[in-house]
Amino acid sequence: MLFLQVKYLVAKEVKLEMRNKYALGGILLYVVSTIFVSYLSFKQIINPATWNALFWIILLFASINGVAKSFLNETRGKLLYLYTLVSPQAVILSKIIYNSLLLIVLSALCLFVYSVFIGNIIQDLSLFLVTLLLGSIGFSSLLTMVSAIASKTSNNFTLMAILSFPIMVPLLMVLIKLSRNAIDGLENWDLNYLMVLVFLNIIIIALSYLLFRYLWRD
Amino acid sequence: MKKNWWKIIAVLFVLYTIIAGFLFKVPAQPILHETIRNLYFHVPMWFSMMTILFVSLWYSIKGLSNSNIESDIVASQAAHTGMLVGALGLITGSLWAKYTWGAWWVADTKLNGAAITMLIYLAYFVLRGSIDEEQKRARIAAVYNIFAYVMLIVFLMILPRLSDSLHPGNGGNPGFNNYDLDSNMRLVFYPAVIGWILLTVWIFTLRVRLEKIKRKILLNE
Repeated sequence: MLFLQVKYLVAKEVKLEMRNKYALGGILLYVVSTIFVSYLSFKQIINPATWNALFWIILLFASINGVAKSFLNETRGKLLYLYTLVSPQAVILSKIIYNSLLLIVLSALCLFVYSVFIGNIIQDLSLFLVTLLLGSIGFSSLLTMVSAIASKTSNNFTLMAILSFPIMVPLLMVLIKLSRNAIDGLENWDLNYLMVLVFLNIIIIALSYLLFRYLWRD
Repeated sequence: MKKNWWKIIAVLFVLYTIIAGFLFKVPAQPILHETIRNLYFHVPMWFSMMTILFVSLWYSIKGLSNSNIESDIVASQAAHTGMLVGALGLITGSLWAKYTWGAWWVADTKLNGAAITMLIYLAYFVLRGSIDEEQKRARIAAVYNIFAYVMLIVFLMILPRLSDSLHPGNGGNPGFNNYDLDSNMRLVFYPAVIGWILLTVWIFTLRVRLEKIKRKILLNE
């Protein structure tokens, strides 16, 4: 039952996104132009710490912009209609899945454009891709939940940043550590950090699943 | 009087901590010297903060299950008290860092954790401030509080164990229980922890009472 609802809702999100592509195009353009501005000011970056930090900062802001609209742009009437049809768990899970897909596309594009312009210094690409994949899922689930919280307030876009930055720090620190390892090309993968990352993703999704039903009824 | 025995214990223990903490003999350690006495003030602040933030979490969960406004008041006041002791912990820690590590602030996982804690709870206060409707505020603030607390626990408990820290007991530094904290210091340290935690709880109960009265006045206006 839940699985079917989630499937339909994800399909609905994708269909809506495809119907007016300007939102998706806007966020992709945001990434490309940010990277181009960085390229104009930095040229090539060889220092791994700077390369890594700039990459994650660009991705962080792009993700916040990309995911923020998932609840902020929903109209009251549409949400009300949705709530009469499906369970709250289906709504949050479908949003998380859809946003994960969006962020995976976004981060792949970001990595590609970034390495073309700023330079590619990654030595262990597979570890970097795994980190990016887990990071996209973590970002999307956390930001979807925060977007749901922020949409209930009056000045929601400012609040989205204030609320999400502090709780994103644990996730971001693990991601930066892992991607740094990938850039340096360490011989063994740091399984401790990978496990913490997976564990963080599970916690965030579980909390969203449990807590969302308290958010949606008005 | 019967109900207030713990307040008497709080006052006696904190008084004992201040007197004994400054006068009793402490082991002479290199670098630390007399600043080791800060152990009785700095460390209990973090214990108190974690205790009171746990109270905040507890009442947030309770508030979600019974949707009672009073739980929200209790949770928010616990968070306010937590920020108070957190700020004191930062100040005492900063002073201690200046004399032992040579700087007011150093890049250390535990210091980052403390800073993030402050940011998370300040965001929680901003969130509460931006919702006018009481029931709605209670529910949404509670959700954020639970979410934030879990992320915080991960940050404070798991990450420092994976990376080095200048603090005792991390990154190859010996912990205080190894040799620094001799039995004389334990005699002061344990009462200090209990005393400060009880004092924090007392401040918290006063704040809750004050806030409930304020709300009552507001409703009767």
